[in-house]
Amino acid sequence: MTSVVRIRGLVRRFTLKGVLNGVDLDIQRGEFVALLGRSGSGKSTLLRALASLDREAVGSGELVVPGKISVVFQDARLLPWKRVLENVVLGLAGPDADDRGRRALAEVELAGREDSWPYELSGGEQQRVALARSLVREPELLLADEPFGALDALTRIRMHVLLRRLSVAHRPAVLLVTHDVDEAIELADRVVVLDDGKIAADIAVDLPPHGEPRRAQIAALRTRLLGHLGVEDLLDDGAEAISATR
Amino acid sequence: MTVVPAPSLAARQGVALSRAGRTRSGPPRRLGLSRPAAYGSLLGPILLLVVWSLGSASGLIDPRVLPAPWVAVHTGLDFVRDGRLQGHLAVSTFRAAQGLAWGVSLGVVVALISGLSLLGGYLIDGLVQLKRAIPTLALIPLFILWFGIGEGMKVIVISLSVFIPIYVHTHNALRAIDIKHVELAETLRLTPLAFIRHVVLPGALPGFMLGLRFGVMGAWLALVVVEQLNATSGIGYMINLARTYAQSDVILLGLVIYAILGVSSDAAVRLLERKVLSWRRTLGQ
Repeated sequence: MTSVVRIRGLVRRFTLKGVLNGVDLDIQRGEFVALLGRSGSGKSTLLRALASLDREAVGSGELVVPGKISVVFQDARLLPWKRVLENVVLGLAGPDADDRGRRALAEVELAGREDSWPYELSGGEQQRVALARSLVREPELLLADEPFGALDALTRIRMHVLLRRLSVAHRPAVLLVTHDVDEAIELADRVVVLDDGKIAADIAVDLPPHGEPRRAQIAALRTRLLGHLGVEDLLDDGAEAISATR
Repeated sequence: MTVVPAPSLAARQGVALSRAGRTRSGPPRRLGLSRPAAYGSLLGPILLLVVWSLGSASGLIDPRVLPAPWVAVHTGLDFVRDGRLQGHLAVSTFRAAQGLAWGVSLGVVVALISGLSLLGGYLIDGLVQLKRAIPTLALIPLFILWFGIGEGMKVIVISLSVFIPIYVHTHNALRAIDIKHVELAETLRLTPLAFIRHVVLPGALPGFMLGLRFGVMGAWLALVVVEQLNATSGIGYMINLARTYAQSDVILLGLVIYAILGVSSDAAVRLLERKVLSWRRTLGQ
């Protein structure tokens, strides 16, 4: 496997927020990596560095990223003055741009909504448009910054299934920033925990396909990840208590 | 259009809730406005017209001070019959349209230069703010010295009155473009030209439309003033002449024409606004 992202000794400082203190990370072609971390751990800073959205930061280190990167933000960031299809194909060149946009919308199950205004869509639908806008560019690296954070639990489950299916179909490398341990386990091939600007854990998710062994491994993995996130004290009542509070 | 006096949503919810016996403090207060009635803003002017008509008919209003509304209508019909009104109206409209065209084009171009480049902003914005502090009408004596008292001076004064609001609101909207949309454009690798076309210009359109409404009003306002200066045609000239002969009905006719021009052009701009900003969903719609 070849890596599409190579990060060595990445340091980022801002005057006020977000610090990275020497991050090393590789992401392979087609690999789905979840980046976990507490608020302020630097996970969004790392994503913004990969997306070249951190020009105001000072820092050092080696950062190799592919040419075709798409970003899905926490808010869908649709342009309110463009209809859905126009949002998807924004900046795309070529006579077949509209057709590609239509196909991408069909893939996120929004065929027929091409001419809607963004405000006419629900939050989940808007985020699906954002997903279509990213996928239509056939990125080598898809960066997602807590893309489901603003969605309700049911919509989030549907989005998980959709994202998983799309990433299998298109095989981009994915870096999903999230603070949701279960989301990370469910979606990713690998979970990376960022703490205080450094990689605190890097764990491959290799689960049995189904049944009791799978459930047991998920529980163990979740306990381990929560420990890395510094919430092990809350685990006295077992993982069920954690999931009950979620 | 008809207005159906349906009970508000809040009221209906309130009824349902009290039937279920779950509320004691009444329905929740609805904070948005209820649906506006069509042509509701005509209520005030119509009321004024009624009071005015009653006053004139009963003799409470001296016709030498303010003629009755129907006198203005009669005078208007006379002027239309002998073609004088159309002539004056055409001249006035042409002046306003010229000023509007110049003011809008210059306002947009200068706002773009000033809004989209730092250097442009440093150079232009301070100057325009300085100009804003001086009423355009106060510049007329200087303009007469520079440009004479002909059509050129009149169009320049109108253009300047349009330019200022167009510039101020467009520039303001350009600088207020959401940084999130800028980031999006960067991640989508938009070219600078595509960024301006798809993000900046549509994003600044609401500001421009607001400026246009002020600009159109400003054009008529400036027209009224410049047409009292050495004009030989136009509604303002018509009013001035009438003042000389103490024809209060003609003065009134001129004022009514100005009002109609102002209101109808503002309505036209608002219609245009609704068309081009149909993507917006706001409290007042």
